[in-house]
Amino acid sequence: MHLETFLAQAFVYLFAAVISVPLAKRLGFGSVLGYLIAGMAIGPFALKLVGGEGKDVMHVAEFGVVMMLFMVGLELRPSLLWRLRRPIFGLGGMQVVLTGVVIGGGFLLLRYPWQPALAAGLIFAMSSTAIVIQSLAEKGWLKTEAGQASFSVLLFQDLAVIPLLALLPLLATGEGSASEDHAGPLAHLPVWAQALITIGAVVAVVIAGRYLLRPVMRYIAASKMREIFTASALALVVGVAVLMQSVGLSPALGAFLGGVVLADSEYRHELESNLEPFKGLLLGIFFIAVGAGVDFGLIAAQPWTVAGLTLGLLLAKALVLFVLGMIFKLDLRDRTLFALALAQGGEFCFVLLGFTVSRHVLPAEFAAQLTAVVALSMAVSPLLLMLYEKVLAPRLTHDKAKHKQDEIDEHDNPVIIAGYGRFGHIIGRVLLANGYRATVIDLDHDQVEFFRKLGLKVFYGDASRLDLLHAAGAGQAKLFILAIDDEKKSLEIVDSVQRHFPQLPILVRAAGRLHAYEFVHRGINAIYRETLDSSLEMTADALRRLGFGAYEARRAIRLFRKHDEETVREMASISIKDEGRYIAEARQRADALNALFKQDPDLDRASLGWDNEARRSNADE
Amino acid sequence: MNHGTMQRIMLRRVLILFAHPMPRKSRVNRALAAAVRGLDGVTFHDLYESYPDFHIDVEHEKALLLAHDVIVLQHPFYWYSAPALVKEWLDLVLEYGFAYGETGTALHGKHWQQAITTGGPEDAYQSTGYNRFTIRQLLAPFEQTANLCGMPYQEPFAIHGVLQMSRSQIEAEALRYRALIEQLRNPEVSDAS
Repeated sequence: MHLETFLAQAFVYLFAAVISVPLAKRLGFGSVLGYLIAGMAIGPFALKLVGGEGKDVMHVAEFGVVMMLFMVGLELRPSLLWRLRRPIFGLGGMQVVLTGVVIGGGFLLLRYPWQPALAAGLIFAMSSTAIVIQSLAEKGWLKTEAGQASFSVLLFQDLAVIPLLALLPLLATGEGSASEDHAGPLAHLPVWAQALITIGAVVAVVIAGRYLLRPVMRYIAASKMREIFTASALALVVGVAVLMQSVGLSPALGAFLGGVVLADSEYRHELESNLEPFKGLLLGIFFIAVGAGVDFGLIAAQPWTVAGLTLGLLLAKALVLFVLGMIFKLDLRDRTLFALALAQGGEFCFVLLGFTVSRHVLPAEFAAQLTAVVALSMAVSPLLLMLYEKVLAPRLTHDKAKHKQDEIDEHDNPVIIAGYGRFGHIIGRVLLANGYRATVIDLDHDQVEFFRKLGLKVFYGDASRLDLLHAAGAGQAKLFILAIDDEKKSLEIVDSVQRHFPQLPILVRAAGRLHAYEFVHRGINAIYRETLDSSLEMTADALRRLGFGAYEARRAIRLFRKHDEETVREMASISIKDEGRYIAEARQRADALNALFKQDPDLDRASLGWDNEARRSNADE
Repeated sequence: MNHGTMQRIMLRRVLILFAHPMPRKSRVNRALAAAVRGLDGVTFHDLYESYPDFHIDVEHEKALLLAHDVIVLQHPFYWYSAPALVKEWLDLVLEYGFAYGETGTALHGKHWQQAITTGGPEDAYQSTGYNRFTIRQLLAPFEQTANLCGMPYQEPFAIHGVLQMSRSQIEAEALRYRALIEQLRNPEVSDAS
């Protein structure tokens, strides 16, 4: 491809996304449907802006799916994965087998021979990881029981692709099978050697992730070159994918494994935030390619057949999922979401359909029909989720007794502390001692290393970046504690948090008065000047040495503190640029404070209660 | 007295819990404190000085109680009761299982003495006075607290009309207070009286 055509193509894809996705989101469709519609619009059956190269684009864009699975893996620590083993293998396994049988049976009734019928059934058992995860995450449903069940099934499907690639050729009916070699480069080896190499590769990834990656990441992070960190993150994902592909595993599965290995590392958030834009964009292009690939010519030629098959596919899958949901004790509402979310065909269907045609399992025209059906079902699935969200969910209530365990995730700490130096770490320690875990973000690399050695969950990164805030869980946190010492940076962080997480309460460390004014201007109430309290403590001790009682000294510094905090808030409203007025006002406030100490109504009342001096003089008269 | 050595052996240990939020401005309480501070066998414990932010060290307080035979609570009589920190002290230190309850016998047999100063004159604390109750009646919650903890309750020591006192009157009251503390410390003397 020439550079010019490449750039033109890139522009068409990006522009289509920019136009359609915000529109789709505004209309409440979710981004996936937006991308799909964009694809249909620029595809060969509408504007004809993109055409034959759709397949190439698809290959590039499939890397988005790989990245998505890497990031899904990053979120899943091995312990969590182990906890999900029952739904993955039980639920997932039954879904693939039952769907294969039911849909295969359907095709048998349509008078297809049993081999292609079964093949089509098994292929149709696959759902779209990309669409489902993206949509559920967008709606915040990924952590519900339905979301966890969906995720488990999708994970099993990704695993199942490997044996399916091996087993589907056995269903070949035509002559001259195995005309094309689709197996990996290991095909010439005996089966046991293939298995051994595959297992070896997986073990290598696990070991390298555990022991090799940390020092490498540390070395790269120490260079403080952000683009190099991004490059290394990309290289990591691509490398794992290539390695896995070379030993015959799906690259998506390999990337997922790589992600799981790194889920426990302190660079998790940094990796996530670096890869997020790539993942999002590539996935978007993937969806556009799917939209562009919908063969409207074929649909127009046999509208009833395609529509009927699509409806049949969705109904059969949803039915199987609904029944499985009952067996696995999901309540009615979760079961409904689970059934609708996974009812479509997936991206692996395209891969498997192409593969089976080449292996003479399916006749080419039948496979073309099925491809159109899969694409159509994918296009419809955001609509199904909308149906659930707008119509069904409000009518279905959760079975409360069973549902209380939902949404507990040890990942999401209630508190985020930005800056874990001498100021922030005190906060973190006291919170922890009282049972509150904090997610910590710090820019000082040596600090991160040090605290990690102490067993704390400390992450390396720049807290002013939106993507990092997202990764750290700012969307779910109850409190954001800003304890960094860089004055300018802390204002940037406040701006960013306020703009993107308006619900999240912020407590800020301020250097001094002028810094505090900036926070007041931003509407922050919880401002803590870093030296105020220790200088007041010192003052209290000084007063005691001068003869004050301990309690009296404490009252004195509290009185000052109250007055001073009020002053800061009032002075903040006076423009700092108006220097003359500022100084005049400051003088006035200082006088007021002196007067206050002499005749504070509070203090006087207190004196009457405690020492009776006033009453005594009255009595003397 | 001719059996001084005997007395020494029989001395009871006295703990004075002193509670005044602003002693710097209290003539009488300062004088009283000065009169008993440093007496042999007497521990003077200033609560507001030790716990200015009301964060009472309960274990330390319990240990102090255990190490003494007589507990004296000295404070100004605010609103027919003690300054706020005394209430906090009672709430936290006199724990169930320590001071009361089936196994709470740690304070059994220790003597409870309250020493207060009032602004009003003595005749105000009568059924016919403007305060309508006697000091003993108004201190009933303290008396019952001591009772529940198994501590013999002594008649309260009160100095009335502290607002109108002259310097020499205050000196006299301080000496009276010192005599009280010494009497509590030396059981023979109290038996003899």
